[in-house]
Amino acid sequence: MGVDRREFLKIAGYATLFGLGGTAAIDILAPGELEASTTGIPLTQGKRWSMVIDMRKCLAQQDKKACKDCMVACHREHNVPDWGEPQHAVKWIWQDEYEHVFPDHPNEFVDEGVEGKPFILMCNHCFNPPCVRVCPTQATFKREQDGIVAMDMHRCIGCRFCMAACPYGSRSFNWGDPRKAPKKLNPDYPTNKAYPERSKGVVEKCNFCTELVAKGELPICVQACDKIKVHALNFGDLAHPESNVRKLLRDHYSVRRKPALGTGPNVFYII
Amino acid sequence: MYDGGKIIVGLIIGIGLFLSPFIYNAGSSAKAPDPQLTEKAKEAKVCVAPTAYMRESHFTMLDEWRHTAVRDGERYYKAADGKIYYKSLQVTCLDCHSDKTKFCDQCHNYLAVDPYCWDCHIVPEEKK
Repeated sequence: MGVDRREFLKIAGYATLFGLGGTAAIDILAPGELEASTTGIPLTQGKRWSMVIDMRKCLAQQDKKACKDCMVACHREHNVPDWGEPQHAVKWIWQDEYEHVFPDHPNEFVDEGVEGKPFILMCNHCFNPPCVRVCPTQATFKREQDGIVAMDMHRCIGCRFCMAACPYGSRSFNWGDPRKAPKKLNPDYPTNKAYPERSKGVVEKCNFCTELVAKGELPICVQACDKIKVHALNFGDLAHPESNVRKLLRDHYSVRRKPALGTGPNVFYII
Repeated sequence: MYDGGKIIVGLIIGIGLFLSPFIYNAGSSAKAPDPQLTEKAKEAKVCVAPTAYMRESHFTMLDEWRHTAVRDGERYYKAADGKIYYKSLQVTCLDCHSDKTKFCDQCHNYLAVDPYCWDCHIVPEEKK
């Protein structure tokens, strides 16, 4: 006669107990993998990064020559390819005319100084970013420490909710693999070997040059503008009352794009 | 047994087909992975963690690096020996391990894993 019901239950019970204890024992005897240390050098300090764009200086420079230095510098730094057709365009920093940039400033008789003039546009790094709220994978997120709205390309599934949510058109979808962008338009692509490219099917946007800010450098567009001594782009910390941007905003009248939507853009325009 | 002959022949053919890959590959073993260090890596002698850990768990570390660097903004890694490294696959790892086919691909191909790192991260050009 084999095991009876009572005997079987006993064995099963002991086996379960041993099994449970067994994994715990292994964990105690061989405590996991090497604990990797993550303490490092802190970020360069800034609580709320923002950009103040002095369009008077920018437009004066654009009158002199068709200046696109900031855009060229940004797209070179971040390996943003030129697709040659507007529906595939990947935009980090770009231009559009005044009336399109500020549709909530309707005026039948616009000041000649700005009428139809190309304004510099980029991600507004909103205080209350709608793209972050809709992202189903938290691939886009607002960095608690400095307010930059960043992208984690590894997590993006390309659903494009963020593109629908962003009222500024600051987000672009990769319809194709950037490496397959036309060679004629991108002869030396990838232009920055120290920065990754993107894959097909992810959304990308301006990242306020987090990688440079972490090293204590200014965003590359600001560097490009400073290089030609125009100083139209000003990057600084809004949380600091004595910062360059706060001083500029104190001294000049400035506007933001679509403030009525309540997104709290952190890019300001001095007209 | 009805149709005994047919069944037995069918079985022999079936088992033969099933075993054919084993017979075909009998005696020969797949080429063992042979990751080669570049001169620069040999000179450096140490990686960011001990070799045994890197061999078994480099992906765990890379995963942690990408998470902390991208999401938490902690871009520097302090190794056990106190040396500080910039957390970057493309800039730090591939600086030493610049020969992907002779290093990364050796084990990845052997184990048939296909990490998508290279979809975006640029691999340094290899000298032929």
